[in-house]
Amino acid sequence: MEFKSKDIISIRDFSKEDLLYILDISKKFEKDYDSNLLNGHILATLFFEPSTRTRLSFSSAMSRLGGKVIGFDNPASTSVSKGESLLDTIKIVEGYSDIIVMRHPIDGAARFAAETAKIPIINAGDGVNQHPTQTLLDLYTIQKSFGKLENLNIGFVGDLKYGRTVHSLAHALSHFKAKMYFISPPQLKMPKDDLEQLDKEKIKYTEGKDLSKVANKLDILYMTRIQKERFPDPIEYQKLKGCYRIDKTFLENTKKGLKVMHPLPRVDELCSSCDGTEKAIYFEQAHNGVTVRMALLSLLLKKIKNERT
Amino acid sequence: MKELKINAIREGTVIDHIPHNMTFKVVDILGITDTNNIVSIATNLYSKKMRKKGLVKIGSRFLTKEEVDKIALVAPNASVNIIKNFEVTEKIKVNIPQILNNIIKCSNPRCITNNDKVSTLFHSTSSSPLKVRCHYCERCMGKEDVELL
Repeated sequence: MEFKSKDIISIRDFSKEDLLYILDISKKFEKDYDSNLLNGHILATLFFEPSTRTRLSFSSAMSRLGGKVIGFDNPASTSVSKGESLLDTIKIVEGYSDIIVMRHPIDGAARFAAETAKIPIINAGDGVNQHPTQTLLDLYTIQKSFGKLENLNIGFVGDLKYGRTVHSLAHALSHFKAKMYFISPPQLKMPKDDLEQLDKEKIKYTEGKDLSKVANKLDILYMTRIQKERFPDPIEYQKLKGCYRIDKTFLENTKKGLKVMHPLPRVDELCSSCDGTEKAIYFEQAHNGVTVRMALLSLLLKKIKNERT
Repeated sequence: MKELKINAIREGTVIDHIPHNMTFKVVDILGITDTNNIVSIATNLYSKKMRKKGLVKIGSRFLTKEEVDKIALVAPNASVNIIKNFEVTEKIKVNIPQILNNIIKCSNPRCITNNDKVSTLFHSTSSSPLKVRCHYCERCMGKEDVELL
């Protein structure tokens, strides 16, 4: 993806070089930035589904760079509740803003919006499909913690079926020859399609349900929440909630350099007793979202000279 | 003496090497159940390669690219022969197209194409076995999930 192209929709659109380029630009924003870089620009945040971190970190990123933010986080208070189509909403909002960040419950809504809009669209989550900016901040956090992305052992734990962050991160890390351990209840295993993709790229992985069997091999433990809202059957959710639970004692018996990540929010899979440990980097991970999103907004609004072209 | 199974046609199209259980699917794709054209349909014919095959002949009709693409999805080894003056003037080997535009339905009920007025679009990732990926929801589908529009 060249940054001549206007949108960020799916991690599949990014080559290894694209990913490294974005991480490099993000690093520069962490050190220093011009707080007037996006002065005069307006970001519209259209959140058709709830969000805390993604929406606020985009707002924070835009504000830090001198831009303004408009938008909604409750579609019930907009014309969407009167039956307005997504196409019409996008057509209207593109006249009010310079860039749109959108979260939508329907898979593929972001791609459709991007094809409809003349201004850049950033996908902040489309159903169970993609959440590319989360993946970029995950990569940034890994690179910052380990000084590299290559050849790491990562364990993904929890809801691997519906967890879009897991699918996207696994795909992105396949560029860097990670070894992956997928730990989940049998009902929430990684989709076959994603595993086939890893096979194609000759990525080593294992699947299982017992975290303790692989915990000592891991550099990164990527915890995820069992997502109640994705279950068609609430009884199935009741059966599976709380099936993994990490606490400080568990972490004490793991490898010294292990880092625990989580896209958050957490429910009961990650005990607060882990928070103060040097292994916990999930709050730093969430904070890195602002830096990475500052870089993305600046790139898409053409405020950074693309040194690659 | 040779057994004449289907009459030759002066002008039109012959679709050969259809898997025997897909013969009537091809008939459906072409919408020739209610037509004035001469149509011959044969199935369970002997084939050296396929053991049993289907064959469809339609007089005075030439297929569109969209029709050929649809046939490729259900009969990936079929051949489409164009007949003019009783002679085969062109033999088209069907191919799974790289892009399938508004030809099949996405099997993901949460996909935007099943929830809004959005035409389907698929990218073919493998022709054997058939694998296609939805341009919008990125769901990968195999032959068993393919439903023609």
